[in-house]
Amino acid sequence: MNLDTLTIVEARRALDAKEYSALELTNAYLERIAKKDGEIHAYLEVWADSARAEAKAADTIIARGESKPLTGIPLAVKDNILIEGRIASAASKILEKYLASYDSTVITKLKAQGVVFLGRTNMDEFAMGSSTENSAYGPTKNPVDPRRVPGGSSGGSAAAVAGNLALAALGSDTGGSVRQPAAHTGLVGLKPTYGAVSRSGLIAMGSSLDQIGPLTKTNADARIIFDAIKGYDEKDSTSLPDRSGPAAKEQPKVLGVPRAFLQKGVDADLLDVFEKTLRRLEKAGYEIRDIEMPTLPYGLAVYYIIMPAEVSTNLARLDGIRYGLSIPADTIGEVYEKTRAAGFGRETRRRILVGTFVLSSGYADAYYRKARAVRSVLKKEFRTAFENVDAIVLPTTPSPAFVLGTKTSDPLAMYAEDIFGVSVNLAGVPAISVPSGTVERDGVALPVGFQIIGNWGGEEALFVIGEDVEKA
Amino acid sequence: MKDVRVDIQALAKLARLEVPQEELRRLEHELPEILGFVETIQAVDVSNEAEAPERRNVMRADENPHASGMYTEKLLSAAPFRQGNRIAVKQVISRQKKV
Repeated sequence: MNLDTLTIVEARRALDAKEYSALELTNAYLERIAKKDGEIHAYLEVWADSARAEAKAADTIIARGESKPLTGIPLAVKDNILIEGRIASAASKILEKYLASYDSTVITKLKAQGVVFLGRTNMDEFAMGSSTENSAYGPTKNPVDPRRVPGGSSGGSAAAVAGNLALAALGSDTGGSVRQPAAHTGLVGLKPTYGAVSRSGLIAMGSSLDQIGPLTKTNADARIIFDAIKGYDEKDSTSLPDRSGPAAKEQPKVLGVPRAFLQKGVDADLLDVFEKTLRRLEKAGYEIRDIEMPTLPYGLAVYYIIMPAEVSTNLARLDGIRYGLSIPADTIGEVYEKTRAAGFGRETRRRILVGTFVLSSGYADAYYRKARAVRSVLKKEFRTAFENVDAIVLPTTPSPAFVLGTKTSDPLAMYAEDIFGVSVNLAGVPAISVPSGTVERDGVALPVGFQIIGNWGGEEALFVIGEDVEKA
Repeated sequence: MKDVRVDIQALAKLARLEVPQEELRRLEHELPEILGFVETIQAVDVSNEAEAPERRNVMRADENPHASGMYTEKLLSAAPFRQGNRIAVKQVISRQKKV
């Protein structure tokens, strides 16, 4: 087996053909992790023993001829997805020793398939950031160029897959946190339709925005994981009902490009790569149509109101009383204040304060409620756009992976990384980032992500177009 | 962009968050910058928008409860301080008047 080119599809075939066992496959990854993760730091914890036990159990299932698509497949899991009895810290000091008391729904579904869990991956604290530099446990390096960030917040998951330290990984995407690291490391990353994948057991950041999604090497692999984790869940009140019957979808034909949105702020060579991808798709039979989405440029500002508002609300539960870190003090008020000061990192504190401000009496109308209204305008623009096109395409990021430390002191520069990602979450539509071309920086060819945004529930169209990007 | 004045200390109090002096100064500079940026949404016309977005209630039947005590130990074991089957906290309501 060659881990550098291995996909889930190929591993499935080889495992079922008994060319190697799930245990051998898992051991190969564990050896690679032992050798390489010191430099990359994709993992916060590696579960070598339980991974081997899970692999052996998978081998018995395979021997019985009862394998499912993910039986024996070694995956990495972002540190904000609960696995019962395992630490889930969201890369925060406040949950450093927190043991999950239940399985998230996605983990329950993966366990039912006999997946092998290699370990939990590094991330920006509570999924807040675009570089994985906001982890309380040190940054992750980009396997493509270790001087650069892997993106974030699912940077550990991206680095694990891109560095061949896992066959695929789960991440979570609140404003681009699966797609942007996928773009920066040359992977496929999917943000499903809001409600398509259960959020039960995902440590909440922005509850109206969060979705769990896969990071994989190919579209076919992303589809396999999405099929395994999607579905209605009574434990998530925002879960969408399962659609009856398969979504009979014709071959998507028309791709919309919101040109006005691309006029500034995008690196010229990255825009060239995007245009080349469009021309290749045109040759493959797609019609490329310019579309107007005048509210799109406001998405980032709307996001940086709605998201911190939800963050400040969600993170209120971390107060040193029920679980996690607790700093003893004389009064209960001081226990809260000191625990939260000691447990949360700088960016988390900053967003809690911004969220508190936009929700505070006297400002909520001008900020939070206004942002909510603009969000519905934006949503309508997506709805209108999808009356005329099958998908909307954009670059995933305005520039390639940046050098570590270059954006940490300027929050707004870091936020600008999310410009093409956030509107997708605000609208709740699905989107996928597919690698397409490279740009050169300091003599290194850095991957570029091509983002395909679909209609609500339209993941299948994304995979079809994504595969055409792969082929083109 | 209009200049937004922010009382960080008052916000920190609302957020139950202790903020050290040196970080206070940095935040006094950073927060108005962030708020100045998000202010740009004021330019969007939302006069045709309903006040609140569409929402629906999601209910489940109030039936089949799990056996009492099934999860008690599991949840309590996560608590930083406990007394028997209770989470222990500092006194919440004090008789003493604040000085």
